[in-house]
Amino acid sequence: MSTTPAARPSATPGNTLPREHYLNATYGIRSWLLTTDHKRIALLYLVSVTFFFFIGGAFATMIRIHLLTPNGYLVTAETYNKLFTMHGVAMIFFFLIPSIPAVLGNFLIPLMIGAKDLAFPKINLLSWYIYLVGGSFVLYSFSTGGLDTGWTFYTPLSSVYSNSAVTPAVIGVFINGFSSILTGLNFIVTIHTMRAPGMTWFRLPLFVWAHYATSIIFILGTPVIAITLLLAGLERMLHLGFFNPALGGDPILFQHLFWFYSHPAVYIMILPAMGVISEIIPTFARKPIFGYTFIAGSSIAIAVIGFFVWAHHMFLTGESAYAALTFSLLSYLVAIPSAVKVFNWTSTLYKGSISWDTPMLYALGFIGLFLVGGLTGLFLACLGLDIHIHDTYFVVAHFHYIMVGGAVMGYVGGLHFWWPKITGRLYPEFLARIAAVTLFIGFNLTFFPQFILGYLGMPRRYHSYPPEFQVFNVMSTAGASILALGYLLPMVYLIWSMRYGTVAGRNPWPATGLEWQTDSPPLTENFDVTPEVTWEAYDFVNRPDLGLDVKGAPSLAPAHGDD
Amino acid sequence: MPLYPEQASNFAPNVDALMVYITAICLFFAVAITAAVIFFFFKYRRKSAGGVGVPIHGDMRLEVIWLVVPLILSLTMFAGGAVVYVDFRRPPMDTLDIYVVGKQWMWKAQQPTGLREINELHVPVGRNVKLILASEDVIHNFSVPDFRVKMDVVPGHYNTLWFRPTKPGKYHFYCSQYCGTNHALMGGWVTVLEPTEYEAWLSGSSSADANPLVAGEKLFAEKACNTCHLSDGKGRAPSLNGVYEGKVLLADGSTVTADDAYIRESILAPAAKVVAGYQPVMPTFQGQLTEEQIIALTAYIKSLQSQPVPATGAGIAPAGKK
Repeated sequence: MSTTPAARPSATPGNTLPREHYLNATYGIRSWLLTTDHKRIALLYLVSVTFFFFIGGAFATMIRIHLLTPNGYLVTAETYNKLFTMHGVAMIFFFLIPSIPAVLGNFLIPLMIGAKDLAFPKINLLSWYIYLVGGSFVLYSFSTGGLDTGWTFYTPLSSVYSNSAVTPAVIGVFINGFSSILTGLNFIVTIHTMRAPGMTWFRLPLFVWAHYATSIIFILGTPVIAITLLLAGLERMLHLGFFNPALGGDPILFQHLFWFYSHPAVYIMILPAMGVISEIIPTFARKPIFGYTFIAGSSIAIAVIGFFVWAHHMFLTGESAYAALTFSLLSYLVAIPSAVKVFNWTSTLYKGSISWDTPMLYALGFIGLFLVGGLTGLFLACLGLDIHIHDTYFVVAHFHYIMVGGAVMGYVGGLHFWWPKITGRLYPEFLARIAAVTLFIGFNLTFFPQFILGYLGMPRRYHSYPPEFQVFNVMSTAGASILALGYLLPMVYLIWSMRYGTVAGRNPWPATGLEWQTDSPPLTENFDVTPEVTWEAYDFVNRPDLGLDVKGAPSLAPAHGDD
Repeated sequence: MPLYPEQASNFAPNVDALMVYITAICLFFAVAITAAVIFFFFKYRRKSAGGVGVPIHGDMRLEVIWLVVPLILSLTMFAGGAVVYVDFRRPPMDTLDIYVVGKQWMWKAQQPTGLREINELHVPVGRNVKLILASEDVIHNFSVPDFRVKMDVVPGHYNTLWFRPTKPGKYHFYCSQYCGTNHALMGGWVTVLEPTEYEAWLSGSSSADANPLVAGEKLFAEKACNTCHLSDGKGRAPSLNGVYEGKVLLADGSTVTADDAYIRESILAPAAKVVAGYQPVMPTFQGQLTEEQIIALTAYIKSLQSQPVPATGAGIAPAGKK
């Protein structure tokens, strides 16, 4: 499997790196810390989110080892509670939410639309510094007593009863919110105003559409979580009664405000990953994406409907049964645009010219895992069934399939796809395929048993459990060790490839996007001359510059499609 | 290895039926899409380095089909879930009411006779049981997987949870809402007994001390409730005779049912719903009563129902209840 007949046309040994590019334009630590180049800021984010990923991953490893035995193998109850809380906070707020938008989005959006940079380069750098400040507060919380409220910060546990370092953590998440808001603002303005001549809205890569939808959520949702956590912090510090019933507050109010952001936040994580997949699939099937407008529109539909489903996290809080019925129905509606995407991706494969390169393996893995994650959402949206599986390991499995199986597979797949553009060099293909398959298998072994655990009734966030649940916990821990290997492998060979990888050339796959029309790595200004777009998105046939064998291709009457 | 827990309540078969229905539909789509992906993956594998695919841009008929078909199937799932949930949220009238109080990290239950249990719950088989849930501190969740029921226990609110046990035995209950350090230890056993055994168990362990009526009556005097809530209705506050489960006319013209939650609120936040014809003079008892004391007071107020309403106090507090 190390060689395929579909060797990349332009990835020949003859390629050399461009003489000047964004990585060697200037040198020194100042040139990085004060840069306003979106590509360099993307790399700053890459390093920082990877740091938080490994912190969150270390906590996850300890959690899985601890759960090997019913009475807990490793740590005390108190420490266990801190581990899963800090795992959640690090992974969600400091890895998953910024990962694809702030790394890949930052790097690629200007390149994809033919712009020199984002609309507000200095604000872009400010976002990263805000992220660092927020992250520092959270690390301070982790290292001075830890945090044991659960990443959901439910009151009055967080605002009154917890003895851990809640205050610095909520301040950290509050500050970090501004980073998301500014990134979203930057993306929206950039996409509106800085598209190259000919880059119409419906010629935009679907990655850009997905980030546009994500940015809407960043801007509309993030202020709500920021203020909500601030209120919880004020209640804790100054004993103001917002959520504590003893002071006249209502703990349910906190949940409404919290989930008003935190449910859309799931779409912040998954929409950009869907954008990545929508780029990879047409590139490696070498044909236009099936139903462009439906995939683009479904991103917007998910972002909008996603704001009206939050109370499905609260079916069993005692909320009005009418509210529960409404939110259940709306939750089923938001599933439809996700289903539309999956159907369209699958159809794109039909009559393609499909290569088995690593990014494609990630894309197919994404479809499989997102399918399970998305479909199990239908179980949880079902009111009657949610009574039983709410707050069990079924939920844990479901959202890991979406966030890890979906968002992280998309992120790692995207890193591989654009690695040649980012570094100018290719990763080692054989190792990368091994890693992709390892991740897929390890992931399923880790999280599939948790669906069964959940239906059997094991509640989440338990540091010890009745012995009848042990079998599935051991399976899950075994799978996690494979999964960990799957994450370490790319870490090693991607770093290796930055120096020793084959030089990629401008367009190794080849792909149709504007980002592949410039050098790898690109110039600081991205393009020598502003490109002009005269082709539709994902059009391989009318692109003689790609050097493909169009004449030999099975032809079809002019497209009757919708783009 | 079992794949589902024991079916030990009226809800269990219904919830499992939903599970089977949704699993069947999802399995169909998961298998179909996975099969299609794998088939295309092999069938259309790239044959030559420069090969391109057939430029198909889309198909409106297909788009409509895969918008509409999943929508219809989703709506059937919604409807099935809604039926079970509405049943779950509407307890029948003839329930055996048991108070359950959650606190970090234990469960205290009180049978109608006043018998108290800690981390245990005894119920008769075949009888509709309603748990009235209160929390002393943070949010908990009372959950019995073998019954397929759970409900949050929220400070400042009363939530109710009902079920009809269908099989004698011992079943695990858990706290399912993360509540702090020993969350995982906050569980116990529901023991489902034959009705005769349940009666025997109740009489075997009951004691007058624990009787909430006695405790409630004492509190009613201690907290000076009885100085205003005179039984003849001539006091500064309405008579509470027969008020429980009756309709109460409020100062703003609306009516409420005097259920547990209303009585609790009237004790803790008396100004929230003032009875028509009375001044909002009652002080709040927020922070002065434990959940268990509130339950005792409620039990006492409930017991007043059986006493005849004095003729002189007629037409004041309870409006409607005969």
